[in-house]
Amino acid sequence: MSSGDPSTRPVGDSLTTGPRRRKVVITGIAGRLGRVVARALHHDPRFLVVGLDRRPFPDKPKDIVHHQVDLRSKKARDVFRAGDIDALIHMGQMHDPRSTIAELYSWNVGGTSKLLEYCLAYNVPKVVVLSSASVYGPRPENPQFLTEEAPLLAAQRFPAMRDLVEIDHLASTFFWKARDIETVILRPVHILGRVHNAPSNYLRLDPVPMLLGFDPMVQVIHERDIAEALTCALTPGVRGIYNIVGPGEVPLSVIVRELGRRTLAIPHPIAKPLYALAFRLGLSGYPVAEFDFIRYVCMVDGNRAEQELGFRARATLRETIRAVDEP
Amino acid sequence: MGVTDWLRRRLDHAVDDRLGDDVGARTRALVFRGNEYGFDAYGLGRDHLKVAALLAGWVYRHYFRCHAHGIEHIPAAGRVLFVANHSGQLPYDGLVIGSACFLEPPQPRLVRSMVEHFVPTIPFASYLLPRWGQITGTPENCRRLLDEDEAILVFPEGVRGISKPFSRRYQLQPFGLGFMRLALATNTPIVPVAVIGAEEQAPAVNVRSLARLFGSPSFPVVPYPPFVPLVPLPVKYRLYFGEAMEFKGDADDDDEVLDEKVRAVKHRIESMIHIGLRERKHVFW
Repeated sequence: MSSGDPSTRPVGDSLTTGPRRRKVVITGIAGRLGRVVARALHHDPRFLVVGLDRRPFPDKPKDIVHHQVDLRSKKARDVFRAGDIDALIHMGQMHDPRSTIAELYSWNVGGTSKLLEYCLAYNVPKVVVLSSASVYGPRPENPQFLTEEAPLLAAQRFPAMRDLVEIDHLASTFFWKARDIETVILRPVHILGRVHNAPSNYLRLDPVPMLLGFDPMVQVIHERDIAEALTCALTPGVRGIYNIVGPGEVPLSVIVRELGRRTLAIPHPIAKPLYALAFRLGLSGYPVAEFDFIRYVCMVDGNRAEQELGFRARATLRETIRAVDEP
Repeated sequence: MGVTDWLRRRLDHAVDDRLGDDVGARTRALVFRGNEYGFDAYGLGRDHLKVAALLAGWVYRHYFRCHAHGIEHIPAAGRVLFVANHSGQLPYDGLVIGSACFLEPPQPRLVRSMVEHFVPTIPFASYLLPRWGQITGTPENCRRLLDEDEAILVFPEGVRGISKPFSRRYQLQPFGLGFMRLALATNTPIVPVAVIGAEEQAPAVNVRSLARLFGSPSFPVVPYPPFVPLVPLPVKYRLYFGEAMEFKGDADDDDEVLDEKVRAVKHRIESMIHIGLRERKHVFW
């Protein structure tokens, strides 16, 4: 599973100097995180970026080819049909808490299994799936740091996470089924930045709701470090499951204070009903099921990624936290 | 925001004023692997530790007037497992051992103890205990901390020990084997500790019917108000730190093989308890 030092790999060298760039399909490219990753790979002379997203990608660089199609449609298959795709980065999961469960399931789980099917059918040699460290689930019994072997229990208390857990399972099944394909599953901690994901949205609230008497340690990572981790995962020879951690661990309250937000401490027995009502009335965009993430610890051990992928977050803790407020 | 900040600053000053030279210097001398915000990976905060050291130091020196023997057996650095007898309904024995390791030796040592799995579900305790260096008791946490050369306190008797009634004081309950497996797997020396005094801090009887009613492992009742053990009696604590014991072997051995090693630790603690009880003239002074 180990890849060795990427810089000494002859394949990598020939790719940087040679004329052929590796063609990388990125799903979910039109999202904020997708654009960060696309820009990073676009600047890298080793890669040629192909977008796959049903949303338009208006301000895309000229030489990025974008296919505005649904993952589940026949046209998505056509992207792979030519057989010249060198890698897939799948980050096109939908988290919109306002969509129906059926729609989310069909998009996330149905879409992912279709994609993996194309990769198998048209010999894509590298598949990178961006999962999340949240799949382990915040639980009071959790050890301080979960390794990649820990069971994925997020759906136990948090049915809305079922899709993400299932995507992760789909990818690990694919890892064993398609042994000729290098499958990499990345499970990053909470991604902060301009992205519109749950943790960043939560930290942009003012006041930030917290549970009275709870202040768990959390791990965060800068969105640009995610692009870096994905690039590491594209290294030929790399396969496996990796937790991706940022620059360190801090109590949630420290993050909130660093951002200069006010906090609203709510006793936990009334927090859920209160915010469920606010969510239904459209007063809050924060799904209540995620309250467990601000109550219990869900932290991971990123040693394997550091040793085997050579990945280490570049942004400091302060930069990572501040990234939420970047214009 | 304004009020809480003001309160926090006032508290900080009050703590710094009362900390005194000794405890203050010890807090600074503690080996601490914190990040730029002053927290380590397990949630220990240096500023929070100051408050804890102040409170625990007062309880240790003035309330329990603890006397610790065998300080020289507390290693200044490196991984170590402190194994002690557990008693007294309230876990003050953990606090006292932790304070002793922090206040007595030339180089202060932070001892982490393992808290129960339900603690993270209790408001305030959920984050205050980690800020003071306590962690949830899982084997993974223990192994990781020992691999990082930290000091851990374990009570192999667990709930059986702490909740036993007054009539069975100073009788060691069966030891769990988990600590020995950890010590063998991580190659950690074991320092046995005998605690004298904790047994008398809350002389209780166990009311079984009430325990069943509340679904708790025991329901202790003490013969003075408020009848449940909340505040310990001001007994005098005596601690005996024994010589470090090294064990070699396979961590995955059968229970019988491990049991022998565990018994050796148990015997050492037992004999230190006997010495302590013989030397003791009075429970309260």
